[in-house]
Amino acid sequence: MSELERKRDRAPVPAAWEYAPAPEARDLVQLRERYGLFVGSEWLEPAENYTTIDPSSEEPLAEVGQATREEVDQAVGAAREAFDGGWSAISPAERAKYLFRIARILQERSREFAVLESLNGGKPIRESRDVDLPLSAAHFFYYAGWADKLEYAFPNRKPRPIGVAGQIVPWNFPLLMLSWKIAPALAAGNTVVLKPAETTPLSALLFADVLRQAELPPGVVNIVTGDGRTGAALVEHPDVDKIAFTGSTEVGKSIQRELAGTKKHLTLELGGKAANVIFDDAALDQAVEGIVNGIYFNQGHVCCAGSRLLVQESIYEPLVGKLKRRLATLRVGDPLDKNTDVGAINSRQQLDKITELVASGEEEGAEIYQPPCRLPEKGYWFVPTVFTNVAQSYRIAQEEIFGPVLSVLTFRTPDEAVEKANNTPYGLSAGVWTEKGSRILAMAQKLRAGVIWANTYNRFDPASPFGGYKESGFGREGGRHGLEPYLEFE
Amino acid sequence: MSRLPVKKTYKLYIGGEFPRSESGRTYEAEGANVARGSRKDLRDAVRAARGAFPKWSGMTAYNRGQVVYRIAEMLESRRAEFADLSSGAEEVDRSIDRLVWYAGWADKLAQVLGSSNPVAGPYFNFTVPEPTGVVGILAPEEPPLAGLVSRLAPAMIGGNTTVVAASETHPLAAVELAEVLATSDVPGGVVNLLTGHREELAPWLAGHMDVNALDLAGADGQVEELERLAAENVKRVVRGAADDQSPWEIASFLELKTVWHPIGV
Repeated sequence: MSELERKRDRAPVPAAWEYAPAPEARDLVQLRERYGLFVGSEWLEPAENYTTIDPSSEEPLAEVGQATREEVDQAVGAAREAFDGGWSAISPAERAKYLFRIARILQERSREFAVLESLNGGKPIRESRDVDLPLSAAHFFYYAGWADKLEYAFPNRKPRPIGVAGQIVPWNFPLLMLSWKIAPALAAGNTVVLKPAETTPLSALLFADVLRQAELPPGVVNIVTGDGRTGAALVEHPDVDKIAFTGSTEVGKSIQRELAGTKKHLTLELGGKAANVIFDDAALDQAVEGIVNGIYFNQGHVCCAGSRLLVQESIYEPLVGKLKRRLATLRVGDPLDKNTDVGAINSRQQLDKITELVASGEEEGAEIYQPPCRLPEKGYWFVPTVFTNVAQSYRIAQEEIFGPVLSVLTFRTPDEAVEKANNTPYGLSAGVWTEKGSRILAMAQKLRAGVIWANTYNRFDPASPFGGYKESGFGREGGRHGLEPYLEFE
Repeated sequence: MSRLPVKKTYKLYIGGEFPRSESGRTYEAEGANVARGSRKDLRDAVRAARGAFPKWSGMTAYNRGQVVYRIAEMLESRRAEFADLSSGAEEVDRSIDRLVWYAGWADKLAQVLGSSNPVAGPYFNFTVPEPTGVVGILAPEEPPLAGLVSRLAPAMIGGNTTVVAASETHPLAAVELAEVLATSDVPGGVVNLLTGHREELAPWLAGHMDVNALDLAGADGQVEELERLAAENVKRVVRGAADDQSPWEIASFLELKTVWHPIGV
């Protein structure tokens, strides 16, 4: 028996729970064999293609375009033409109505989108159905209402649109991040060239059909698929006025470097290594649910994931015990099964990264716990993992893993918790668990992060600004503040 | 017999003290030997600024406003000296009034820039502005006093601590202002002023990993290189107005924090 197996066996595991399969109907989604690039409301035949897959089975789903520099140029041209040719002149109230339409159509077609999101991204249908889709629609609905009220949002500043926005979104919440980008950009009167992530292009391509149904004028939103080369072409394009990027800190820095000396506007929503701080007076069972939601939600592919658990020493034993027991009840498997809690890892590349960092954790001396768990034979999977005995210097306590891996550290006093929580170059989010309201607010003041969740975690709302401190980026998405990056002022 | 005046030694201002450059170097500007700050001086200044951040940012807004108002008071009492070191009395008056204007902003920022957000759930959700941290400022070459005040005041009033590279050609107003700051209840380290050659200081300020934001108001022709260096730790880069005042100049050096506080019985 290997060391790892021995540790797994020590876990307090509930008796195996049997569930009947509860698959969501996959035939809600009609995939095309090939997709073009969505430019000026037409499907442009791409010069190059690649295959996008289902990460839970490694089965191919469709061929999509690998947009070249010339094709990106065409998309930017279409966006420019739309901006100059009428979109910025359409009355704001009409602009709002287009966005309201999009919100409604997303609600109407939400199950179809949810299935597609789970197919192409590997996330559990429970999450794409209950989180990604409702929030995407809500985001369009929220910003729709702002479109004709911008002077009230920014009194005395004479807001006006910037022009063509180049938007690059990640693979963890493909449609939701698309919504976070497109809704405020259009509400402010800009036109858009959006590049979905290389591994998850399909929901953005289906979104093109929503735009058709909403009768959005041609060129207002253009969608170009492809890998980092496509993104680079968009960033470097001289006729793009604003870049909005969500993704890794490494790529974010390279974009900021690339834009040095230019007049382009930039917002970055980058990585995180959030602390989730549990005080000894917290409601422990509720906290355990919050911890699980904080790090195993969406397989831990969440920039604001609560990946560093800071536990007050006096409750360390009972809390970690409860957490391990809870972990053993997580169902890992088919993303389209309604009972699934943890789906597939998004890509081979991401699985390799998680595997490598987890190995480093064991090497550096942390103690690993993984519940017994049968993983499907095909596809990309990773068992929900907890590391205890973690020092702050370990890579698993410093680097963003972007997977279902939690590092547990301890503290004695609130000051020590603050110091450890802030001991990171990131500053996207943090969690606080305590029954004491004054302590919540005191901690919220001291934690250097853009979003603080108290007695909850990974909660989002279109009215709530989201974004980072320090190397987690700059600019806010959501709320009135989320409009500002898409406007110029006098 | 006429009396020989006692001349001033123009030094740096770091951590509330007035050291010479550790490099032992000076350069001549406006008829005086001025300290020629080094990379090491700059690192010391960043450390002092980081050390002063918890106290300055943790002060009540009312208190911070009074400290900045106090700078205006001290400046007022030295109008004549500053008139000689700047373009004249008008510039000094403008600088004083600007400090007063910014002082009044301290306890209004959260009301103007923040919000409470109606989320769909049992949470009191609110957004408040907070200081970015340590701000590096390349002060405009001119106007000597108003340019410096226009960049320093908005960064300070929001609760940031600062490291300033003074005008290279007109550094005396900056050194003189340091003496005003030192007698204005500004805690040591909140403002650190370096004189010297811009090209020796700016790249190290732009690339320093413990500086959170960079004001390029006084950058001349080096903007692209400095912005590239600033990306190393995702600095907020501001191309500030050399002689203007606006709450948005303050907002450039602020972060926005959103808190989800539970509601329940």
